Amino acid sequence: MIEIKGLTKKYGQFIALDNLNLTLSEGTVFGFVGANGAGKSTTFLILATLLQPTAGDVFINGRNIRENPTEIRKMIGYMPDFFGVYDQLKADEYLDFYGASYGIPDAERRKLIPQLLELVNLSHKRHAYVDLLSRGMKQRLCLARSLIHDPKVLILDEPASGLDPRARVEMRDILKTLKKMGKTILISSHILPELAEMCDEIGVIDNGRLIAHGSVAEIQDKLRGERIITVRLTGTLDSTIGFFEEDPLVSNIEELADGDGIIFSYKGTEEDQVMLLKRAVMNNVPILSFMEHVTNLEDVFMEITKGAD
Amino acid sequence: MKMNFNNPVLFKELKLRFRSPKSFIGILFYLLAMCIFVFGFIFTTMNMSGTSYFRPSESFILFGLLSFIQLGLVLFITPGLTAGAISSEREKQTLPILLTTSQSSFQIISGKLSSSIAFLLLLIVAGLPVYSLVFLFGGISPLDFAKVFFFLFVTLLAIGSIGVMFSTLIRRTIVSMIATYGTMLFLSIVTGFLFLIVIQMTAFNQMGTGIPSPSVSGQILASINPAIMLASLLSQGVGDSISEMTQVKFPIWIGYLIFYLSLTAISIFISVKKLRVNMKRSK
Repeated sequence: MIEIKGLTKKYGQFIALDNLNLTLSEGTVFGFVGANGAGKSTTFLILATLLQPTAGDVFINGRNIRENPTEIRKMIGYMPDFFGVYDQLKADEYLDFYGASYGIPDAERRKLIPQLLELVNLSHKRHAYVDLLSRGMKQRLCLARSLIHDPKVLILDEPASGLDPRARVEMRDILKTLKKMGKTILISSHILPELAEMCDEIGVIDNGRLIAHGSVAEIQDKLRGERIITVRLTGTLDSTIGFFEEDPLVSNIEELADGDGIIFSYKGTEEDQVMLLKRAVMNNVPILSFMEHVTNLEDVFMEITKGAD
Repeated sequence: MKMNFNNPVLFKELKLRFRSPKSFIGILFYLLAMCIFVFGFIFTTMNMSGTSYFRPSESFILFGLLSFIQLGLVLFITPGLTAGAISSEREKQTLPILLTTSQSSFQIISGKLSSSIAFLLLLIVAGLPVYSLVFLFGGISPLDFAKVFFFLFVTLLAIGSIGVMFSTLIRRTIVSMIATYGTMLFLSIVTGFLFLIVIQMTAFNQMGTGIPSPSVSGQILASINPAIMLASLLSQGVGDSISEMTQVKFPIWIGYLIFYLSLTAISIFISVKKLRVNMKRSK
């Protein structure tokens, strides 16, 4: 559905985007995460045909963005991180204008607009002036606007930024509905946990480079490299520590402060971890609990982007 | 450049413009000013001549003055209406969204230009009843009237296109406005001064030779100056004396049409080309 090959954007000597390669299949919800200025918006601007790449190509549904920008515009719905609205235009007129801009016939627009307003929970604001709507409502209206021509791909640049917690939850619910509708969604945020819940795949970008790409779990594994495991025991610790020390994937074994267990780092995969537990039980290690620490995604993000400056 | 008469930008702009009371207040004050001028002129002329009637020749003078006022209106209001057409969208952050729609660049540019022109035409048309007062007193033919209106239309189209072009090329509205007003002042005032200088220099060079030499540059400068063009439209004598001064027998209205229509076409072409980024690989 979307194929990005060697995408590069330079501003003079500054490299905003460095050889980005990415392939996304249809219906994927892809979260693009990175610090401010990492290159997320630059990528989205190129995908939205608003910025000329220095090198590389982008194919959406097999069409090259360089050769067919007009066709690409019909396939994508773009929501920028910052956007303005026209004064003195009502919510339904706002959608009607953009509907007309996509060449949707008048009769069709009249049917479509109430449905879109319903989708984004703005039916009650149909006749309200757009510039008087709250930030959250404007964001939702802009999302409805990006859906008016039923695009296959949605490019949403930080759609939840600046929203209060309630508006964030509402936005997330709408995006989940869109995911169910089978849209291919590219969504950016600088907050990883925000994306983790709704995205099939995550890409972490730093200084214009894609440093990780995969499912949330894969990224956690890949980036952390090791997981922290706590084992609580009922018997003596000495023989138990000996058992775990024999495993080459285990390191940094420490006794817990209360003395009834150990904590260690583990470099193996999930399958390796299952085998470790199985072996421990078979070797009569008196395990009361065997627990992996849930990694804080915020910490993961901080860790992978540290040293970027 | 596909021509599409169903232009969403045009309809949206017109809707927004006429939702604002500013537009109506502007028209009201414009008509009030015109009424005060017309009735004041008639009243003063009758008082000064000591008669209780208004002669056709005086009516023609009134027509001429009104036409120059309309020209002033076109020259000073058009840049204000068009020089922010695209840059204000950019400043309000509505442009990126507009550019990702299926509308062609030509549709967006023509929509913006025609909405501004439509408002100016409305101002001119709204002034027609006041203008038509001169018909009551005779001295003006409908053809004179049509010629002046066609001239005003060509002028506002050209200035408007220049405004939209600067607005597309320059990011900030204020800078775009300065550039458009600067161009307008060059075309309407500087060309007039240059014309006078060129004619003086030509006359100086010819002094004592007795051989008249044609001044093509003088003819070109006269042809692109709106005030000279309007004066020649109002009085055949102005056109003749310019031909006499420049020794070029080429009607200045043809030169005016060629220059301003070319300027319009070039400005619109540049605007359309520069509105969106070129996604193709740079060579």
